[in-house]
Amino acid sequence: MAYTFPFAAIVGQDEMKLAILMAAIDPALGGVLVLGDRGTGKSTAVRALARLLPPMKVISACPYQCDPAEPQRCCPACQQALNEGRKPKTHTQPVQVVDLPLGATEDRVVGALDLERALSQGVKAFEPGLLARANRGFLYIDEVNLLEDHLVDLLIDVAASGENVIEREGLSIRHPARFVLVGSGNPEEGELRPQLLDRFGLSVEVKTPEDLSSRVEVVRRREAYERDPAGFCAEWEKDAEKLRRKISGARKRLQAIDIPEQARLRASQLCMALGTDGLRGDMTLLRAARACAALEGHTQVNDKHLRRVAPPALRHRLRRHVLDDTGSTPRIERVLAELMPV
Amino acid sequence: MRSDATARPPDRLLDELALLSDDEAQAAALLAVDPAGLGGACLRSGPHPWRDAWLARLRGLLPEGAPMRRLPAGTGDTELLGGLDLTATLAGGRPVLKTGLLSQAHGGLVLLAMAERLSAETAAHLRAVLDTGQLQLQREGLARQMEVSIGLVALDEGLDEDEGLLPALRDRLAFWLKAPQPLDEEQALGRAVPTMPSQSAEDIIAARERLALVELPETHLQALCATALALGVTSLRPTLMAARVARVAAALEGHTCVGDQHAALAARLVLAPRATRLPASASADEPDAAPPPEPPSEAGSESPEETPPHEQAPPPSAQELEELMISAVQACLSPGLLAMLRAGQSLRRQRAADGKAGAERKNFRRGRPLGAVRGDLRGGARLHLLATLRAAAPWQRLRKQGLSPDGRSEAGQRIEVRREDFHIRRFRQHSSTTTVFVVDASGSSALHRLAEAKGAVELLLADCYVRRDRVAVLAFRGSQAQLLLPPTRSLARAKRSLAALPGGGGTPLATALEAAYQLAGQIARGGDTPLVVLLTDGRANVARDGSPGRSRAAQEALAAARPFAAEALSCLLIDTSPQPQESARQLAQAMRAHYLPLPHADAHKLSQAVRLALPEVG
Repeated sequence: MAYTFPFAAIVGQDEMKLAILMAAIDPALGGVLVLGDRGTGKSTAVRALARLLPPMKVISACPYQCDPAEPQRCCPACQQALNEGRKPKTHTQPVQVVDLPLGATEDRVVGALDLERALSQGVKAFEPGLLARANRGFLYIDEVNLLEDHLVDLLIDVAASGENVIEREGLSIRHPARFVLVGSGNPEEGELRPQLLDRFGLSVEVKTPEDLSSRVEVVRRREAYERDPAGFCAEWEKDAEKLRRKISGARKRLQAIDIPEQARLRASQLCMALGTDGLRGDMTLLRAARACAALEGHTQVNDKHLRRVAPPALRHRLRRHVLDDTGSTPRIERVLAELMPV
Repeated sequence: MRSDATARPPDRLLDELALLSDDEAQAAALLAVDPAGLGGACLRSGPHPWRDAWLARLRGLLPEGAPMRRLPAGTGDTELLGGLDLTATLAGGRPVLKTGLLSQAHGGLVLLAMAERLSAETAAHLRAVLDTGQLQLQREGLARQMEVSIGLVALDEGLDEDEGLLPALRDRLAFWLKAPQPLDEEQALGRAVPTMPSQSAEDIIAARERLALVELPETHLQALCATALALGVTSLRPTLMAARVARVAAALEGHTCVGDQHAALAARLVLAPRATRLPASASADEPDAAPPPEPPSEAGSESPEETPPHEQAPPPSAQELEELMISAVQACLSPGLLAMLRAGQSLRRQRAADGKAGAERKNFRRGRPLGAVRGDLRGGARLHLLATLRAAAPWQRLRKQGLSPDGRSEAGQRIEVRREDFHIRRFRQHSSTTTVFVVDASGSSALHRLAEAKGAVELLLADCYVRRDRVAVLAFRGSQAQLLLPPTRSLARAKRSLAALPGGGGTPLATALEAAYQLAGQIARGGDTPLVVLLTDGRANVARDGSPGRSRAAQEALAAARPFAAEALSCLLIDTSPQPQESARQLAQAMRAHYLPLPHADAHKLSQAVRLALPEVG
């Protein structure tokens, strides 16, 4: 069971792959929402992400995977230890992609009393939940549109504050919970609340490929994988390694990428022309363009980057127009063609 | 209903087997070989002997010890996924996991009874397990990850097209089987006795071992993909499944390479039931063109992108294979489906089955039970005792320690429950429906239609009164739309405001649709489910700005219709012109509405049609 279908082996779906990679490069982007038809490999791509991310350094004893290099983002215990000049033991571990299953109860998501110890020893101890495990990693919700409302509220709250607060019968705990939210779903099966929609930095729409050759390729690779997962993964390991290097390189370069005034202007023009609400659109657009530039090894954001990232960064922020299709994508493309003709 | 085939002695099998066609019998064997890989089967049938026979065959072929668990429709999350075992936890003083039905079925099959009643939430759990082969349990203080590889047999007893297993789940099941139509005597006598493929449980085990070795040749792979496209099966999952079925079929027959007959079987079993169009070569993109029944040999012969690798030129090329498969598929398409595909009706009434109809609301007081959530006993909410106890259980020891100094812990046996533990019941309730009549009162629409519409509204209201539904009327003529009757339950009020419905003038269809869309939105926000009934001939001739002109008005109308489809609003378009109008049909398509030509409708027929379109109220 140790195998997952390799990310690099996914056929087509370039926008989805780009969006996922950008979210991995810049966690501040605010995650990705992948919406689309059934059987387009949405979950496959997200689950494959775990194997692409470069490992991270964590404080060994910390249940929240605190980063020894960033004391101000650590949990209170680690913060204290670091401030006192102690050198806690550290190790490197893979970045977590935590699955939030639909049936999860609230206590398992936020964390709760450690049952084992409460029952056997009568000790009040906190057992971290999924949000703790997802700190510094990814939280993946498949079928996000079917998630219980009260869990959605909770996630929105934590995602916004980056902190998880538990107050229950003498347990009073707060710990960092900064994670990249990744959701996937099929809009036909239930609508997504607008508040949650807006919470995602990027949103992509995936479609089933319609040309025969890429369909054949999908089936061919899937067949090969199913027959021999180990062999298939080994075959793709080289590409995976390349991608891994690309990601870690892009992460290092990210902060140094220059965003010229011209690009800022363009981004604002785009958002104004599309009538997106608030400044979030501008911010995300620029961030995404920066991540895109970093990923492609450029040092400066240019129009090409903006053009590529505008649809995923903006399409879920457009107000629905009574007379227009749901497809916000064509609207964005229209505005792009007007403002930034190729 | 019988408790399935689980306890059936195998002797009675043989006489029942004659009920199954070869392919159906083979499907059972294939599923027995690879339940998790194939996902399962959806049996659409009532409690029919055919279904029992199929299940009996499946049961008989499953290797010894493979579980087959029945999942009733109303099963809650705890029973399904597992959770804290309250009694054992309290008694043992440590958390004890009670495994759920899914993990108990590991390595076997889950039998989903009354699959058409399955809730979206339960379906999502099943989907996650089918997709990942794992069960992630994060409940009630327990965190486990369990291997759960299961196949699912859904017993879908839905009666009409709208009722059935949720498409998202059905999509993941390889086989869609339907009970055979009853035969008349002559047919029954003349029917060839199926040459039953005789497999035993040993064959199944051998096939399981062989499966990983079976190869799918490139030609067959390409042919399967091309066949799927030719049949209009756009999602890739069926194609992947067909490939797997072909391999399993080869393994079952002791081959290590997929042959023509295996690929054809896969196409018949997996792709045929999912076909959305006939594989007509020229008009492949235009299913509405109602292609004449073409000879199968010609079908799909010109797939432009077809690129068969001519390296070694194997006996049948991918193209020939594809033709072979398509003719195999055509031979087995059920007459009903065939007729529908010919008529160009692309099985579009999926929306209701997607769980949209009769939108549901969560409620704390009445409706179908929907589990528990932590909360206060306010506003008439009812306590969920078990969930409350479960929440209190872990704290017992701690709470008693806290109390002992006061010496009040005498009652050591008692379970102490505090306010934080309270869980309240939640229920699911169907919201009521508001029917919005959008009536074309223009000159082009015969004036007497208005009278019929009024009559229908009154009849419906008389009926709605019982169902607590509401009705609104929006009329359009000249250059504007007017809300004649705001949503109401009052029959008297409706009669009053509809008494003098004026007629005549142009047809400002776009304006009317826009107004209807807004009204529907208002109704939905208020918690009701809107149903839009549009009575028109679809011949728009006034644009939104009030200017006359047919082509622009029609374009605008189509544009204004699309939001209805996008929001999947339930719509019914009644074509009131003497001859069914193409423009009205197009409009219905753009709205994703039911299209219903009612040239000679009277008020009774009209209200009947609307009643049929109304979502079931539970």
